Amino acid sequence: MNQVSVVRETAAGPGVDRVDVAPVNKAEHRQLYKKREKIHPRLARGDFRKLKWVIMAVTLSIYYLTPWIRWDRGPNMPDQAILIDFPARRFYFFFIEIWPQEVYYLTGLLILAALSLFLITSLAGRVWCGYTCPQTVWTDLFIAVERLVEGDRGARIRLDKQSFSVAKMTKRVTKHAIWLLIAVCTGGAWVFYFADAPTLAGDLVTFQAPQVAYISIGVLTATTYMFGGLAREQVCTYMCPWPRIQAAMVDDETLIVTYQRGRGEPRGPHRKNEGWEGRGHCIDCNQCVAVCPMGIDIRDGMQLECISCALCIDACNDVMDRIDLPRGLIGYDTTANMARRARGEPTQSHILRPRTLVYAGVIVAVGLIMLGVLLTRASLDVNVLRDRNPLFVMLSDGSLRNGYTLKILNKQHEARAFGLSVDGVPGAEIKVVGAADDESGTSLAVGSDRLGAFRIFVTLPASAVTAESTPISFVVTDNADGATARYDSVFLGPGA
Amino acid sequence: MAENREVDQLSGIETTGHEWDGIRELNNPLPRWWVWTFYVTIVWSIGYWIVMPAWPLVTDYTAGVLGYSQRGIVAEQLAARQAAQQVYTDRIAGASLDEIRGDPELLAFALAGGRSAFAVNCSQCHGSGAAGSVGYPNLNDDEWIWGGTLDDIQQTINFGIRSDHEDTRLNDMPAFLVDELLTREDVADVAEYVLSLSGRAEDQAAVARGQEIYVEQCAACHQEDGKGDRELGAPDLTDAIWLYGGDRETVIESVAYSRRGVMPPWVDRLSPAAVKQLAVYVHTLGGGE
Repeated sequence: MNQVSVVRETAAGPGVDRVDVAPVNKAEHRQLYKKREKIHPRLARGDFRKLKWVIMAVTLSIYYLTPWIRWDRGPNMPDQAILIDFPARRFYFFFIEIWPQEVYYLTGLLILAALSLFLITSLAGRVWCGYTCPQTVWTDLFIAVERLVEGDRGARIRLDKQSFSVAKMTKRVTKHAIWLLIAVCTGGAWVFYFADAPTLAGDLVTFQAPQVAYISIGVLTATTYMFGGLAREQVCTYMCPWPRIQAAMVDDETLIVTYQRGRGEPRGPHRKNEGWEGRGHCIDCNQCVAVCPMGIDIRDGMQLECISCALCIDACNDVMDRIDLPRGLIGYDTTANMARRARGEPTQSHILRPRTLVYAGVIVAVGLIMLGVLLTRASLDVNVLRDRNPLFVMLSDGSLRNGYTLKILNKQHEARAFGLSVDGVPGAEIKVVGAADDESGTSLAVGSDRLGAFRIFVTLPASAVTAESTPISFVVTDNADGATARYDSVFLGPGA
Repeated sequence: MAENREVDQLSGIETTGHEWDGIRELNNPLPRWWVWTFYVTIVWSIGYWIVMPAWPLVTDYTAGVLGYSQRGIVAEQLAARQAAQQVYTDRIAGASLDEIRGDPELLAFALAGGRSAFAVNCSQCHGSGAAGSVGYPNLNDDEWIWGGTLDDIQQTINFGIRSDHEDTRLNDMPAFLVDELLTREDVADVAEYVLSLSGRAEDQAAVARGQEIYVEQCAACHQEDGKGDRELGAPDLTDAIWLYGGDRETVIESVAYSRRGVMPPWVDRLSPAAVKQLAVYVHTLGGGE
């Protein structure tokens, strides 16, 4: 059917070969019960290719190097800038330290990330997919390795067709070995986010690291190798939900990678000294198809499989240069501008649209809320858990006693002592279990960066408890700097 | 098979030959990854037979080369836990109750151990929150019939109340009506006097009659002022806490028929360390003296 047959290259124009290539992954050619057809993307040369190399270098560096950045937090604290410390239940992000109770900061961060993705998608289409998505970056890296070992498109196709030989075996083994090495490093880098990187690195090589580290590395090695080396475009086409979702953020004014149909058609091979009257600028050289890592033909228009990686733009511009036509037969454009061009109107750009304004507005709002919450983040937090069994205890003199567990979160990196008092119920008597009677509630010591838990008994005379439930507030005050935190609870009794 | 081949006209795909109400099933191949996963599971299962317990035999089973056994793992873990706790249980067994209370480390261990021992052994009667119920004392409050110090509590847990142990805490309030020590009217008068001790009497004449009987029959144990005597296990009748209920009818019932609740001895069923942990735990519930 639509297989790449023998590599037969004919001329499409002066100095431009016509590549015999079929867009094997385009929707009409795909069958669910068919084996994946291998795509052999040719190396594109041009500005976007250069940009993609730079972005690849930057994103991979961020991923691999971040765990090694140090950040001084003082003695007895981890000095890793970004650390997700599960055993101690802390998340460190440079100057921010998050306790499990504050995981909403992480939620906020994820919301910001999602909204930014929405905004950038509605402005410039699938730039996330095309440049920064890990699937794209690692696949690009794996293809680069493949090209380095086995050669460019033509050489790779020939190698595939060769019968078994030592030379072929050598190349295959080399390629897969490098892929596996990259995959192991990818899994290896991941675990460094969860433990002190230098220590863990030492433990890993001496086989002293916890089992879960090896399992994580193994799983991520397998997925990296499979997704980047073997599955590639199948991940984007079949597994990823984003191509389906992103349609909701894209409109007529969104930049997409597209073929200027009006200028290109009717297409066909072009001979030297022929004129351009009565025909389009596309010489049907198929270079745009040959470089496409997704195995599609951009000239079919906007399609779900296209990740907007812009490599076809490089390929086409290169061809246009060689046949002395202006660049941009394939380029970033909006559907609205293409329509304007067809009508002979000047093109316009509408960056400020209700859609983009709403996304930007929500981003600013969420960002401000996050910033506000972060700036006013208390270094002291109090939780009070009321006893549920028994709800209350009657004492021999008829007075009523409620039990509470008071939890004081000291988020400062120094030990503190706190005083405790209650509000809202006159005549309440506080007793901290374990404390001497005379100093009950005057000095509750909590260690640095710790949670202190105290059993508290509050006793009220029967006459003061008139309802089943009486509001009561616990006020915790730092004995040194006077910082306070309060917690509203209730005092239960038998009722009237 | 070959002569029965049937091809669906519309899709051009062979059918399985099955038909339900005119709907025929296409014989599409299984997805490749699915088939391969299936083959992998077959290979895996062979390895599993060798490595893990797999085949039942007549009286036994094939244990597998790893010798894996969940029951064995649980036994190992329990033994490891007990060994780890041994350090603390030994120290607790050797320490006095006051020493345990004074040592934060031992106290934390005793409270945790006491809580779980209480849930297993005591909560059936005293409730999971130790709040008790009618006839079973609330251990959170400050009223103790037999005493609320650490030693008193340990003593009660060890030997029980009116139990069959020779060292049991024991007293015996007569059933004044049944034993014909008092008449029905006398009982009502005494009850009225008992209510007066907590300020709830309604009939002052009955109180006066009841007081005479009280001094004669009850004061020996409950004391003249009604505050009871822990040596004898005689409850305080003047306060707000009533084991069986403090209303007139219940007090009459208690005098007429007596109560005689029983708590079993634990000295033979729990280790000395466990009893100490229980005593310390109960002591911290709020009423410890």
